[in-house]
Amino acid sequence: MSIKNLLRGTSVAACLVAGAMTAISGAAQAQEKLKVGVVGFYTGAAAGPFGIPARNAAELMVEAINAGNVPAPYNTKGAGGMEIEAVYIDESGGTTKQVTEYRNMVQRQGVDAVIGYISSGSCLAVAPVAEELKTFTILFDCGTPRIFEDADYQYVFRTSAHATMDSVGAARYIATKFGDTKTYQGINQNYAWGQDSWRDFDLAMQSVLPGSEAAEPLWPKIFQGQYGAEISRLSVSPPEVLHTSFWGGDLESFILQSSARSLHKRTKMLLTTGESVTQRLGRKLPDGVIIGARGPYGILAKETELSKWLSQTFADRFGTKPTFPSYHMAQAFIAMKIAYDNAAAASGGSKPSVDDVAAGLRHKTFEAFGTTIDMKLGKGQQAITPTAYGIAKWDSDTGEQTITDVVTYPAECVNPPAGVNSVDWIKGGMQGAKC
Amino acid sequence: MLTATAILIDGLIEASYLFLVALGLTLIFGVMKILNVAHGSFYAFGAYASATAIGWWFASGFPDYGSFALMFAIAIGLGIIFGLLLEVGLLKRMYGKDEVIIVLVTFASFLMLEDVIIWIWGGNAYFAFEPYSLLGDIQFGTLFYSNYDLALIGLAVALAAGTWLLLNRTAKGRLLLAVIHDTEMAAAFGINVKRYFTVTFIIGATLGCLGGAVMAPKISVAPGIGVEVIVLAFAIVVIGGMGSIWGAIIGALVVGLARAAAVHLLPEVELFVIYAVMTLVLIFRPEGLFMRQKARKI
Repeated sequence: MSIKNLLRGTSVAACLVAGAMTAISGAAQAQEKLKVGVVGFYTGAAAGPFGIPARNAAELMVEAINAGNVPAPYNTKGAGGMEIEAVYIDESGGTTKQVTEYRNMVQRQGVDAVIGYISSGSCLAVAPVAEELKTFTILFDCGTPRIFEDADYQYVFRTSAHATMDSVGAARYIATKFGDTKTYQGINQNYAWGQDSWRDFDLAMQSVLPGSEAAEPLWPKIFQGQYGAEISRLSVSPPEVLHTSFWGGDLESFILQSSARSLHKRTKMLLTTGESVTQRLGRKLPDGVIIGARGPYGILAKETELSKWLSQTFADRFGTKPTFPSYHMAQAFIAMKIAYDNAAAASGGSKPSVDDVAAGLRHKTFEAFGTTIDMKLGKGQQAITPTAYGIAKWDSDTGEQTITDVVTYPAECVNPPAGVNSVDWIKGGMQGAKC
Repeated sequence: MLTATAILIDGLIEASYLFLVALGLTLIFGVMKILNVAHGSFYAFGAYASATAIGWWFASGFPDYGSFALMFAIAIGLGIIFGLLLEVGLLKRMYGKDEVIIVLVTFASFLMLEDVIIWIWGGNAYFAFEPYSLLGDIQFGTLFYSNYDLALIGLAVALAAGTWLLLNRTAKGRLLLAVIHDTEMAAAFGINVKRYFTVTFIIGATLGCLGGAVMAPKISVAPGIGVEVIVLAFAIVVIGGMGSIWGAIIGALVVGLARAAAVHLLPEVELFVIYAVMTLVLIFRPEGLFMRQKARKI
């Protein structure tokens, strides 16, 4: 054999061995599991409207991704070729417990990634721990803007927009549809979420409707459930617009009690998380209330192949249509799939490092279920999305809640630009907003 | 004037449902000297069972007004079940032990009952709105009130009057007062104290369940409602005096009116006004408004 032939033969053999090695590695990866901690309120007051719909979406997405059943472009099996195995952890019990649970998930149960957290308190507590443990973590639902405005993260992402969008969108909707509003008032839960929501809404109203005036806000405590005195107070001198970021059982109780006392006939009620209770309340939700969905989700969702698939598959399986927490969870799983798919492609078949996975999502823009997610804020870790508001109307023919007068606001119209603090942005007249 | 009217009515409505719960709590403490933390679970069970039964009642097409009787039937049924289960089955074995141990036993019962609620009803919230709007509403100036809320005030007044009559105008009631005053002496005079304990616990549990049952049409019945109400009920009995029926009435009125006044006049302090009042009362009357100083037994 000549040297030339020997070299040729060696090259062919090397290629064959390399090919075989890649195939073996790919097969191993295909068999490897991606263990994902999925955290949400599965018990307690937030379970019904938030935790359970989110968990249902998680179960559906895990099965669909593993089977390759999500519509294109997400119709490949698994995340980075790996089968997802979900571990469900209850978020109830406070932030200290969540930090312990997080460490337990990562260090003892060996999860590779975490998707979770409805409460802003949980997100604020867990994010530094995720960073310390270098674990790829997607915050799917919590609202506080402080996560990425007060700190920088490498491994923590949030795939839903933060709460500033809800309040700015709400104020813009009032300006768009009820531009002659002179008075407005808020009733919000007396903790971070309620206080931040009212602050942002009040500031945004002063920006978009400078002639309007805020009446003294009301601050019932979270899970109070009884709003007789507050409803009377609002009835004594009803504002033209009543803003509330109530959620869950508190929102349902407030709607039931206030509609029995005809408050909705004397003030325009603006429920920033109203979409989450539309199906549960059905016809008990009075016609004419303004509802938001923390993004263009649920009955406010734009019809796309992906959104139709989620809505139909979810309804077929759980007997009810998905609400915005389900959309938030489903889009977080899509984000995770994108991150692992990108990282697997970059790593050439071997199991990707957490840095590769994080790089696979950072600054990415992708289509989710009826909306576009743009990882634009927080140095590419925090999403912005469009949002929408509309007016609820019960359709007695179909026996379903419908929505009228929907206005969808582009993401850059209701979210601050990159590198700008939310409150400063609103106070400064929302400079650079692209509406 | 309208604000004053609103404060009065709102305060009375709030006080009425809190009184239902606090009455049962203070009755059990007065007779048995047991600080029953599980009382919050009685409220929650009453609310859940009532919401479920009302939903079934209306879905089945039964007469609308029958749903009010259904709430009472549920409260009584649950009160008997819990009374027998907890007092006869558990607490009876604890009598004579340290009060702290008995409090811990009721706390453990509370935690288990909360889990039972989740086991039976899951994490979802329930509501049964129909009875709330059944009685229509009434207008005071620009204020609309549901007649159901005003009926709650009537129910609380009727229960307060009934309790007073029971304790002061019946032989059994006077014997119960004797047990409240001094259990050992009552037993020495031949009163069957243990039977009074069982009956009192059943009545107390029924009142707790009734509070939940009548509130179910007003609220979203969700996990955790028992904790919320037991904290307020404790505040009421501490303000009024542990074990005092009059104390429960006045304590409920103080809490209800203070909260309503805060909402209307100074919303910023709504969150802590009840505890501010409680602190003030404890500074000047550590035994509560209606507790007499007890002579020390030697």
